[in-house]
Amino acid sequence: MASPATTAVDLTAALVAAPVDSTQWLAVLPIGICLGVGALLMMIRHRTEWHAPVALAGLAILVLVDILLLSKVLTNGPLTMMMGRWRPPFGIAITVDLTGALLALAAAIVAFACALYAKIDISTSGRRYGFYPLLMVLMAGVSGAFLTGDLFNLYVWFEVLLISSFGLLILGSERAQIDGALKYAVLNLIATTLFLIATAYLYAIFGTLNMADIARKAPALSATAPLMTLAALFVLAFSMKAAAFPVNFWLPASYHTPRVVVSALFAGLLTKVGVYALLRVMVMLLPIEREGLSFAIAVMAALTMILGAMGALAQNDIRRFLGFIVIAGIGNILAGVAIGGAVAVGGAIFYALHSILLMTALYLVSGEMGRLGGGFGLDRLRGLWTSAPVFAAVCLALFFAASGLPPFSGFWPKAILVKASLDIGAWWLAASILVSGFLMTMAFGRLFLFAFWRPAAETVTTPAVPGGPPPVSVPSLSLARSENRWRLAPIVILSAFVVGFGLFPERLILATQQAASDLADPSAYIRSVFPEGDVR
Amino acid sequence: MNTLIFRTFAPFLTALMLLFSIFVLLRGHNEPGGGFIGGLIGASAFAIYGIAFGVQAVRRALWFHPMSIAGCGLLISTLSGFVSAPLGLPFMTGVWIYPTLFGVEVPLATVVSFDIGVYLVVVGTFTSIALALEERDDA
Repeated sequence: MASPATTAVDLTAALVAAPVDSTQWLAVLPIGICLGVGALLMMIRHRTEWHAPVALAGLAILVLVDILLLSKVLTNGPLTMMMGRWRPPFGIAITVDLTGALLALAAAIVAFACALYAKIDISTSGRRYGFYPLLMVLMAGVSGAFLTGDLFNLYVWFEVLLISSFGLLILGSERAQIDGALKYAVLNLIATTLFLIATAYLYAIFGTLNMADIARKAPALSATAPLMTLAALFVLAFSMKAAAFPVNFWLPASYHTPRVVVSALFAGLLTKVGVYALLRVMVMLLPIEREGLSFAIAVMAALTMILGAMGALAQNDIRRFLGFIVIAGIGNILAGVAIGGAVAVGGAIFYALHSILLMTALYLVSGEMGRLGGGFGLDRLRGLWTSAPVFAAVCLALFFAASGLPPFSGFWPKAILVKASLDIGAWWLAASILVSGFLMTMAFGRLFLFAFWRPAAETVTTPAVPGGPPPVSVPSLSLARSENRWRLAPIVILSAFVVGFGLFPERLILATQQAASDLADPSAYIRSVFPEGDVR
Repeated sequence: MNTLIFRTFAPFLTALMLLFSIFVLLRGHNEPGGGFIGGLIGASAFAIYGIAFGVQAVRRALWFHPMSIAGCGLLISTLSGFVSAPLGLPFMTGVWIYPTLFGVEVPLATVVSFDIGVYLVVVGTFTSIALALEERDDA
């Protein structure tokens, strides 16, 4: 059927001539590993006892690959591989810069911690429904979104992670889960559709979807083409994804319904992918339009962080409470996008990294609190300080970090953001960061007071979780039971990062500042995609 | 759907549709068709068989669980992307070989194996959905 004439076309002009460097493979390996292991797990779906080891091995390799990738990007600058050897801007580019590599590594660490926690938290029927395959496919989507250098490809990875997140959300098929999943699905599909429309519009204006190509064409077009409309569409779509104030109702409606480990995964990763897309598109691709929209974004940021913190104060269920804390964190990151400039954007990237690790740790901690106290309501939880003192100390550190108090990781990005907003004279933005931090401190103080310090009542001795050990006899961090080890190891790993970044922030601040200045001045990024430098 | 005509006809229809789906899959390299559309036709074939003889009959006939088929397809597609690695070519680059089988030159490529992977993913996923819906009907 194939006529021989069609194969005789000379394609050399359309193909990349340069040989592939082996380090370039690092850029696609994260996606390949996740998809491959996810597919393998799907094939052995009935061998549920194999799921956790295979997924953990895959995620451990993913963490290693992401570390290697980060070190290569740190030393050599952005890294590009053209899919199928097609020349940019026509082929799909996987381009990794410092921002993408940092976020991908943080995501991989979080996924590993969650897979560890899921060994106990996800029952056999949950595994049979495919928790681990879905986790791997979700990670493929997240890694792909962080590493791609093509806007339409970014949309595709959004879809991949969205579809797997639907599956994870209804694991267990409870009534409340279906209810939460419906709100989540509808609002997220609207956001994704908006993103698709904006991408189509962008393609109509630029005639290209390659990010490097858009970045170098945008300054010339901003006077003539309706880029402001385009930028506003992107901001709306991505702030829906990131759960920024006027369009964040899906998050508190859905995040408390799934299994704790699924909430932890979502809180760590999904909103941050939205934030990352916002950073990428607004800071790198459309900087002039970001300038024009900066006031609107700043107002949105201030409202998001203050209303998020106030929402947290009003909650009784700790999982709902944490949902609002996620939102308040998003406000801080948005403040960095609104202020602009390398310092503030660096602060935003730092905050995003901190938030990925911290929010996952907090949700895992909430699961542990629910197990120890026999429920997620603040009215039930009491006296955890006496029953698990070391766990309580870890929680206190995480609560401090979330409120932005030194010496934990939340302090530094907030300090950077406050200083950056004062530098441009936006005192009200600085004030709202501080007020929201104060409100969050109160909210966490209330949580700690009720759940930990309030003396345990004599009557609360029967555990509500069927089959769980009675709350008083649980050895806190003694790791006596093997079950406890799996539950506490991920929390300890993530807390170590939170404390480590709080005590020794210098390297991370340097790296995020570098990442931000690469976003603000994408010349190295463009050179990585177009090495010949054929600037038209 | 328990009519005699349909039950007599369904096996032939299923066989014909499966054959046609493979034809569409292989045709897709240069002409309209391909893994996705071929997979949809294949999944409809299994759905028709399920309507005629019940979901259990399809599950027995398939031998593998539909989701395992989809996983296998995803694995084939992913690995097809990596075949170009030892040759120093980027991810997803099409690699061709031209073996001669029975005196006929058969062009084989990672492009084709990728498409076969897509076919299996679509067959597996959509059969799984169709069977789940039909099962609900039976109950």
